[in-house]
Amino acid sequence: MRVIVTVVAFACFLGICLWAYSKHAKAGFDEAARLPLTDDDLPAASGRRE
Amino acid sequence: MQSQATYNYKVVRQFSIMTVVWGIVGMLVGVIAAAQLVWPELNVHEFLHFGRIRPLHTNAVIFAFGGCALFATSYYVVQRTCHTRLFAPGLAAFTFWGWQLVIVLAAITLPLGYTSSKEYAELEWPIDILIAIVWVSYAIVFFGTIAKRKVSHIYVANWFFGAFIITVALLHIVNSAAIPVSWTGMKSYSAYAGVQDAMVQWWYGHNAVGFFLTAGFLGMMYYFVPKQAERPVYSYRLSVVHFWALIFTYMWAGPHHLHYTALPDWTQSVGMIFSLILLAPSWGGMINGIMTLSGAWHKLRTDPILKFLITALSFYGMSTFEGPMMAVKTVNALSHYTDWTVGHVHSGALGWVAMISIGSVYFMIPRLYGRTEMYSIKLVNAHFWIATIGVVLYIASMWIAGVMQGLMWRATNADGTLTYSFVESVKASYPFWTIRLVGGILFLTGMLLMFYNMVKTIAGQKAYDAPVLAPAAAHA
Repeated sequence: MRVIVTVVAFACFLGICLWAYSKHAKAGFDEAARLPLTDDDLPAASGRRE
Repeated sequence: MQSQATYNYKVVRQFSIMTVVWGIVGMLVGVIAAAQLVWPELNVHEFLHFGRIRPLHTNAVIFAFGGCALFATSYYVVQRTCHTRLFAPGLAAFTFWGWQLVIVLAAITLPLGYTSSKEYAELEWPIDILIAIVWVSYAIVFFGTIAKRKVSHIYVANWFFGAFIITVALLHIVNSAAIPVSWTGMKSYSAYAGVQDAMVQWWYGHNAVGFFLTAGFLGMMYYFVPKQAERPVYSYRLSVVHFWALIFTYMWAGPHHLHYTALPDWTQSVGMIFSLILLAPSWGGMINGIMTLSGAWHKLRTDPILKFLITALSFYGMSTFEGPMMAVKTVNALSHYTDWTVGHVHSGALGWVAMISIGSVYFMIPRLYGRTEMYSIKLVNAHFWIATIGVVLYIASMWIAGVMQGLMWRATNADGTLTYSFVESVKASYPFWTIRLVGGILFLTGMLLMFYNMVKTIAGQKAYDAPVLAPAAAHA
């Protein structure tokens, strides 16, 4: 049982790595990475670029 | 536009201000403890004895200073990156007042001598129950906000904050399981016994480092470094991979606190191996943070907030290299129970945790009061240099003292007797304890500058709640 959990967890991690480096995830990641920057938080916001 | 919805900045303001206040209190208590080591006469009363002052210091800096910083930044970041107000504002206010009550209760009970004697979990059972209630409320507010987000992605900073909140709930509840034996005496016994108790304690203890003091602060890093550098994070892929790598490995590293004890040998080896593996995801995070600056390195010259954030990452890289090395059993045989451990902890606590928090609070304070920057950037810069010199003095003196103590304790004569008595190693440590005290005083001085700067920034300003922004439709 313990061995199975370890192997499944490791396979799961490898799966996450493959997914993260797949082309499929790229566009979503680029969009997510811009999230803090497209959000202008300065009080006198209008003039200042992101 | 009329009466537009605004972000809930009130609770962020409260936690941000208390971060600075508790930072000063916790570090002052640390300075007193350091002075007591240099001048034992300062142990004037049982309430102020080193044995009671020391847990007060650790609780105050980790849970009061660090905790308030984590609440403030996570509430700020989750609202802004989800483009929505905090879920359950009443509950959010409860987390603030509840957490302050926990801190005050800790500050009263620890000097009085009420302790469960579990390191970093000293508080007795009634306070533990209050912590659990506040923490579950925190989780409801945080995940409720994520559930009602207006964007499809959950930004990586929120993943780190989320992991920190869930794991700390789990750790706290499991490790604090105890049988109360007195209502009035605040006394309980751990639900575990013997080496199991020690293992549960250090499973808790190391994951408190891994999730309270690392994952949460990496959440800060993933928002405030890109913001201040005005560049997206270096590699979003790397952030996803190192997040899951940290999650899968941290849980198993605890046994390295119990090398050469009654803990089975194989468990110690598992702890050592997982600690070594941890170097990779830790450095993944550090590289990702520092490389976010690529193409914007010049900003480091003029922007003291960025200096705080990037220096914090450098200390994170240093201490996550040092940690796995110290977890190796043969190195641990020299370093354990010496001041090297104290130096290592403060390289992480002052260098990484405090510096990333200070940088983040300097970022938020003006924005929470309708300004674009702090009252004095020069003072922020002065704070940075005073704090950095303080950390360097602190950790360098502890390294020397620690290695010296380890070598003196293990030195034997040709006939097998010990070369030095314990008290000789104490005597030899005094100069380094004095240097450590100077380092601590410098770091505290920096916090006092921060307090003055914060008061001047807020003075005459009205509390400001930024309007909730619609998510950007098109991406440049």
